[in-house]
Amino acid sequence: MPSTVVLQDVRKTHGQVVAVDQVSLSIRSGEFFSILGPSGSGKSTLLRLIAGLDSPDSGTIAIQQRIVNADPPHIRPVNMVFQQYALFPHMTVFENIAFGLKMRRQTEPPIRLAVEEMAALVRLDGKLQRFPAQLSGGEQQRVALARALVNRPVVLLLDEPMAALDQQLRQNMHTELKRIQHEVKATFICVTHQQDEALMLSDRIGVMVAGKLLQVGTPQEIYEQPVSSTVAKFIGLSNSLSGTITRAENGVCWMEHENFPSLVARCPSGLEPGHAMLLVRPERVHISIDQPHPEYENTLPAMVNHIAFHGNEVFYQCRLVNEAIWTVRLPIAEAQSTSLVIGQTLYLQWAAHEGFALSH
Amino acid sequence: MPPPTHSWPLPLKCSFWAAGVFLLLFFVLPLMMVFGVSLASRGLYGGVEWIATFDNYRRLADPLIGVIFLRSLFFASMTTIACGVIGFPLAYMVARASHRWQLVLLMLVMIPFWTNFLVRTYAWILILRADGLVNGVLLRLGIQSEPLSLLFTDFAVAIGLIYGYLPFMVLPLIVAIERISPQLEEAAYDLYASMGAMFRHVVLPLSKPGFMAGGVLVFIPSLGAFITPYLLGGGQKMMIGTLIQQEFLVSRDWPFGSALSFGLMGSALMLWFLVSRTALGKDLP
Repeated sequence: MPSTVVLQDVRKTHGQVVAVDQVSLSIRSGEFFSILGPSGSGKSTLLRLIAGLDSPDSGTIAIQQRIVNADPPHIRPVNMVFQQYALFPHMTVFENIAFGLKMRRQTEPPIRLAVEEMAALVRLDGKLQRFPAQLSGGEQQRVALARALVNRPVVLLLDEPMAALDQQLRQNMHTELKRIQHEVKATFICVTHQQDEALMLSDRIGVMVAGKLLQVGTPQEIYEQPVSSTVAKFIGLSNSLSGTITRAENGVCWMEHENFPSLVARCPSGLEPGHAMLLVRPERVHISIDQPHPEYENTLPAMVNHIAFHGNEVFYQCRLVNEAIWTVRLPIAEAQSTSLVIGQTLYLQWAAHEGFALSH
Repeated sequence: MPPPTHSWPLPLKCSFWAAGVFLLLFFVLPLMMVFGVSLASRGLYGGVEWIATFDNYRRLADPLIGVIFLRSLFFASMTTIACGVIGFPLAYMVARASHRWQLVLLMLVMIPFWTNFLVRTYAWILILRADGLVNGVLLRLGIQSEPLSLLFTDFAVAIGLIYGYLPFMVLPLIVAIERISPQLEEAAYDLYASMGAMFRHVVLPLSKPGFMAGGVLVFIPSLGAFITPYLLGGGQKMMIGTLIQQEFLVSRDWPFGSALSFGLMGSALMLWFLVSRTALGKDLP
């Protein structure tokens, strides 16, 4: 698949702080790519570098095989949806959407046609004569989307597009965003700190922490095969134990922990024996009450420490022998049938393929 | 449901009333007195005789007064426009400067206020007169063989007015520009605007509240200015401010001076009303 945006060893510093640290990345044509990271990880800076609102200290940025390092933003075939939308408050919705076309000196009739078509796509028809202040948060976001997309950008950049919306609206906009991308067939690059959003929307995700791109992959890859414990902990909750790998072969490894000998887990092919960390997702942990179930390779005795009811599931915090706290997630039906109470002892179990080991 | 009624805390109430009483005593009352005088007659030896008359207002229709008023209007409008043109880039720089620079630049804008206005106007005499700074430099560099006559010209008056009232334009503009999110500028650039187009379509229209406030603060006092035209214009061309001053202090015709003052105030208010009506007409909802 051809690449639309290619970053090569891009670095950007703000004073003493390295915002983007030697990032290389290639984004395929037509994909929905999310850059996921905690706030301050440099992900917004990366987006601004692609847009041309900042310029890199070193490295190259290419869009459609053309190196754009020296191109100012108004020359690049990209458009941006800003975090607070940055709608022009003194212009109507129509004027906001038409702005880019007007700047490119298109004539009135085609502008009107394009704006109306785009307004229909984002379901804003009938609101074209309103001012941004008269719109709801969701409508404002649609204006921002339409204002960028009407220019038919090769790449659409979205900076935390859902941050200003409430939970309910967010769900709707996720579906909307996918539908709109499907219709305009542009490459979307979206910056977010919401992991569920990234997992749900993206074709691929790049995980960025402290200016470094730690892993790039499909949502499944990132979730199931994180390359480091930092990635694993950022994407979804993870339970962990550190120990020593005694043997590793064919993607399976055996780990020793002072309290728990002989744990078995998946591991990356290159993992060497030595110090390592074992990670198990909360939804992968099974509970046995009276005695350990023989079908699971791994067993840890534990005690229920805290119970949190989440509606459709229940989170149990369990204390291990070494005082570590592990979280177990049970669907509500299963939780009701086991009916655990605080202080109860139990066994936490998982099969070999359900945990994974990473070198430190 | 009726909105909840707030009861103001006592200190706030006190300061509110104090401000009210102050305004009443030192603004409303003197204004009423001037209005009263404007309806009285001039005594034989320059006093005020309390004989009610409209004559003072009738005299405002004199074409000579009209010429003076139009001249003042021209200078005031020109000063306001020039302050806007010069003040905007300055205000933009201050508003978008880093925090430290902002303090320094604001200080530079404010420093002239530490000196008396009269003294600052005299300083311009030193700069503009025949053996002053400007002519000195021009003669020394050989650009000019004869000193230019700069002082006591319309040019000198304009320079003095613009210099004197520029900060009143710059300060409200800074406030207005600071309120414009820099992200709006980035959005404009991202949507293919050149720098000029960005200013024309985004920053300038959104700075309008600053231009309006600054415009009033510059226009009103420069319409009634009398020190600057008197000192830098040499009092050669009468302006409405100098005329009022003369009526009070030279001709000692207080009633006519008062009528002139009210005429000036009335026309300034009317102009402001007209301008704000047309300017705000197509503004935000």
